[in-house]
Amino acid sequence: MLGPGIKRFELDARDIARKALPGQFVVLRIREEGERIPLTIADTRPDDGVIAIVFQEVGKSTKLLGTLEKGDSILDVIGPLGNPSEIEKFGTVVCVAGGVGTPEILPLARALTQAGNKVITILGFRNKDLILMEPEMKAVSSELIVTTDDGSNGTKGFVTDALKQVIERGTKVDRVIAVGPVIMMKMVSKLTEPHAIPTIVSLNPIMLDGTGMCGACRVNVGGETKLACVDGPEFDGHKVDFDLLMQRLKIYLPQEKESLELFKKTCEHQGENDA
Amino acid sequence: MPKPSPKRIPMRAQKPEKRRYNFDEVPFGYSPEEAMAEAQRCLQCKKPSCIKGCPVEVDIPGFIGKIAEGDFWEAAKIMKRTNVLPAICGRVCPQEIQCEGSCVLGRKMEPVGIGNLERFIADWEAEQAECVKCEKRPPTGKKVAVVGAGPAGLTVAGDCIKLGHQVTVFEALHKPGGVLAYGIPEFRLPKAIVQREVDFIRSMGVKLVTDEVIGKSRSIEELFGEFDAVFIGTGAGRPWFMGIPGENSLGVYSANEYLTRSNLMKAYLFPKYDTPIVKGKHVAVIGGGNVAMDSARTALRLGAKESMIVYRRSRKELPARAAEIHHAEEEGIVFNFLTLPKRYVADKDGWVREMECLRMRLGEPDASGRRRPIPIEGSEFRIPVDMVIVAIGNSPNPLIPGSTPGLETGKHGNIVADPKTGRTSKKGIFAGGDIVTGTATVILAMGAGRIAANSIDEYLKTGEW
Ligand SMILES: Cc1cc2nc3c(=O)[nH]c(=O)nc-3n(C[C@H](O)[C@H](O)[C@H](O)COP(=O)(O)OP(=O)(O)OC[C@H]3O[C@@H](n4cnc5c(N)ncnc54)[C@H](O)[C@@H]3O)c2cc1C
Ligand SMILES: Cc1cc2nc3c(=O)[nH]c(=O)nc-3n(C[C@H](O)[C@H](O)[C@H](O)COP(=O)(O)OP(=O)(O)OC[C@H]3O[C@@H](n4cnc5c(N)ncnc54)[C@H](O)[C@@H]3O)c2cc1C
Ligand code: FES
Repeated sequence: MLGPGIKRFELDARDIARKALPGQFVVLRIREEGERIPLTIADTRPDDGVIAIVFQEVGKSTKLLGTLEKGDSILDVIGPLGNPSEIEKFGTVVCVAGGVGTPEILPLARALTQAGNKVITILGFRNKDLILMEPEMKAVSSELIVTTDDGSNGTKGFVTDALKQVIERGTKVDRVIAVGPVIMMKMVSKLTEPHAIPTIVSLNPIMLDGTGMCGACRVNVGGETKLACVDGPEFDGHKVDFDLLMQRLKIYLPQEKESLELFKKTCEHQGENDA
Repeated sequence: MPKPSPKRIPMRAQKPEKRRYNFDEVPFGYSPEEAMAEAQRCLQCKKPSCIKGCPVEVDIPGFIGKIAEGDFWEAAKIMKRTNVLPAICGRVCPQEIQCEGSCVLGRKMEPVGIGNLERFIADWEAEQAECVKCEKRPPTGKKVAVVGAGPAGLTVAGDCIKLGHQVTVFEALHKPGGVLAYGIPEFRLPKAIVQREVDFIRSMGVKLVTDEVIGKSRSIEELFGEFDAVFIGTGAGRPWFMGIPGENSLGVYSANEYLTRSNLMKAYLFPKYDTPIVKGKHVAVIGGGNVAMDSARTALRLGAKESMIVYRRSRKELPARAAEIHHAEEEGIVFNFLTLPKRYVADKDGWVREMECLRMRLGEPDASGRRRPIPIEGSEFRIPVDMVIVAIGNSPNPLIPGSTPGLETGKHGNIVADPKTGRTSKKGIFAGGDIVTGTATVILAMGAGRIAANSIDEYLKTGEW
């Protein structure tokens, strides 16, 4: 447990651990009736054959995943999928993350620092109780700025306010990487565009196979349709049609609600039986 | 020999009014009596032309003759000698342009129901306590890796294990079968049958590894650390879209996604199964092949009031199997021929609501020999829809070509392999099926697998390339 509704698991997955690079993800299926859900590879320990995932319990599948305990098994884990992040010496890189994007950006920040970049990390949370992984992020950044929407800790405001300040105080920013809610990635991209700062976003559309076979994950980048699972998940933030992405993430809202309610009912039912 | 009756024994099937609401298989199959009666229509030609029509050259008069005598066991043995997946081929092969299309009876009357008989004998064998055993050559100590568990890969696996090699199949998805598992619906090819064939191949000693995306978790090169030869049968991958405005609207699916949700993930059983699917009421399917028919008929079963095929040529040019077109028509699928979508119109939330189309006319024959459809200017009209399924084909799966330096590919990204041997431009690597030819058929993929298996065997013996 990392925070309210956010959990970190380590999985035995030798082949994946050996090959995974920052920015890649796995698709997993918990049980026979389960759906295939994509989750970023948050860390690897190749020698132990272990990968880590961090997830937020937002619906049926992630809540079900959250009920698993140490030693339980997951039916299928497939990966590493997607293209790894471009890691080079760019100069000064600002890593921006919000909420559950924080653990996803940790391996990127670490790799960028190791590649000789100056990494400034900006993390945004709704309030201080939701702040995640501050010490870990500090360890891999030369500067860490934490914002909370309500000002309960750190700087009051959104990550974009903090990013604006960094740019306005005269820091020469060579690249921005944003991982988190779509709206945040959109606002960050909007902010950096007039400054012509290359901005990379990691897109999270609905996925199914994760191998480029189905087309569920299509996104519009620079007027072209791309498949996020094989052409991405990282793209040039200045070219992404974020509004389309936001719309497409809502395709199954009614079914997701139905599924979650049914799940809650069965959980309550089980609780009664156990008592 | 008595003169054969002009009509074949019809196969009993679920009534259209009933089956359009369920996912159970449509035809019931022949009873032994029906099968024997149909088999007796075969003239047992001295120079059978049907065998030439079959890409894997099944001894058709041979197995049909045994059915006619009631010796089903012997018939099954003859069948399995050349075809390892008869229950599947009997159900999905385009018989009308292959074996049945070459049957001499067909000149004057209905050809022998070869597909129906093939299906009968495979299903009969499956019900027996014992199944036809395949002889295995003594172990050679050589190891073969097969990438992709579709019909091409499974055929290579089955053949190579019989030839005495050790075989491991790597499959990216969580279930083996390729298109047979994720594409073709339950009502046409029950998944239990695919499972049975996979189990059979496993029982011969083939090792099957699912959830392993070769090119990602391990490269082809790395496989050579453990294996002596590699076969690539990764099939057709990335779905094509038309590139017209509004195609990313909510409710517009590729057939791959729609069918994968329904078949592989069992979204038709939602919420018992977790994967959701959009249940359109007014559904348009773009295309005219088997994939389009499967999509339109699936939509009907998922509650569509109206499910239509939108095809740019006419009925005559439909590439789907005759049986599928017939079944679709019986179930009330609406066919809009000579119609081409131009753009999709969405509502404010992004959901598709209307489809603007153009009328077409047929011009001169094109490269495919079929008459080319030409748009009629100013003929735009609109069709109200709340779901669209695009079923116009796929390009080859790019994962392996993209991660295997030096592997020659064609201009569409397909892997180049010699059709006579399955050999690619790289030593020890073979390929076949849709990844080489583009979307084709199950039997052609199996045929390519058979050729590659023999060629692998030779390579492993001689080491020559
Ligand atoms: C490349 C990628 C990496 C991701 N990494 C992480 C991660 O590291 N940690 C994390 O918490 N989340 C991550 N996500 C999001 C995660 O996949 C979804 O939160 C999860 O699938 C929701 O499933 P659910 O059943 O719990 O919720 P649901 O109630 O089914 O859905 C909640 C919301 O999640 C999204 N979603 C639903 N199904 C999918 C799906 N199959 N694929 C993608 N999004 C879906 C939709 O926006 C939906 O409204 C990632 C997504 C992608 C595409
Ligand atoms: C809906 C539909 C209906 C059809 N109907 C008919 C019909 O009625 N009759 C007919 O003859 N044909 C039909 N076809 C066509 C037929 O199914 C294909 O031609 C045939 O399946 C091709 O076989 P294959 O083995 O080459 O590839 P596939 O069946 O595509 O199998 C390839 C396998 O490789 C796996 N794979 C891909 N990449 C990797 C990787 N990197 N690592 C590991 N595994 C990987 C895939 O997941 C897949 O399981 C239909 C196709 C579809 C989609
Ligand atoms: S998830 Fe199917 S193509 Fe990307």
